Amino acid sequence: MSQHENHGDHHNHGSLKSYVIGFILSIVLTIIPLVMVMNNMLDKTTTVIWILVMAVLQFIVQLFFFMHVREGEKPRYNVQTLVLGLVIVFTIIAGSIWIMMFNKY
Amino acid sequence: MATQHDHAHGHDHEHGHEEHEQLKVLGFWIFVVTDCILFGSLFATFAVLMHNFAGGPTGKELFELPGIIASTFILLTSSFTSGLAVLAMNKGKVKEMISWLAVTAVLGLAFVVLEINEFTHLMHEGATMATSAFWSAFFTLVGTHGLHVSVGLFWMVALMIQLKRRGITPVTRRKVTNLSLYWHFLDVVWIFLFTVVYLMGVM
Repeated sequence: MSQHENHGDHHNHGSLKSYVIGFILSIVLTIIPLVMVMNNMLDKTTTVIWILVMAVLQFIVQLFFFMHVREGEKPRYNVQTLVLGLVIVFTIIAGSIWIMMFNKY
Repeated sequence: MATQHDHAHGHDHEHGHEEHEQLKVLGFWIFVVTDCILFGSLFATFAVLMHNFAGGPTGKELFELPGIIASTFILLTSSFTSGLAVLAMNKGKVKEMISWLAVTAVLGLAFVVLEINEFTHLMHEGATMATSAFWSAFFTLVGTHGLHVSVGLFWMVALMIQLKRRGITPVTRRKVTNLSLYWHFLDVVWIFLFTVVYLMGVM
């Protein structure tokens, strides 16, 4: 129980270390796609996939290191809500793109 | 929770209060998730319309990456500093906390100013909401995000005033927790905006 000086240890929101790690990872994950696009390193489709992967990775980094999704009290309604929200978002975006592809024929 | 509590009743009361505040944080989290759905819809619209320029200017012709890169790092840093404000709050340091919130607000303001400059520049070049489906989707998506950041700025200033007057209480603690969640969320939305709208736009 070393955290007792930080009164309110039951809703302790991370440490300086976790914020700094999150910040550095975010910067790296921003610079990599930037360099990839500015130097035209790969062909277009590969680049699009890679930069989207980096964006998703950065989202996950911020979720864990900045928003501390794991630290909520159990049961983790916040995580359940988030997963439901992401399923809806994915359905809207993927569904819209998919169905509008047929518009071009 | 080995802290000594002289008044069992007082402790119960405080605990109930804290729990209520925790519930409000969850409520705010649910709002953030629904806001995700709003942005998801706007992203879907943009993804569908992103090649429809109607003979007008394209994103590739008009986007100026240096300004966008600057905004990206400014918002990322402000997300970090809002986290530092929460850390200072957990240590019970009001002054440090207000200073970090002030830094966050200044960075947020810089972001909004850069965005207004960008929009003015685009309009000068003949890209308005009415130009083409692409620009309608663009201004709606990016503008909605910018509006969220602007609203967050007013909230932040109001909260800084409240913190100065009341100090760190369970209520102000909950409000700052929510504000920093909101701010991190806006940064996450911007990451996708930066990737999908700008990086993919200039390719």
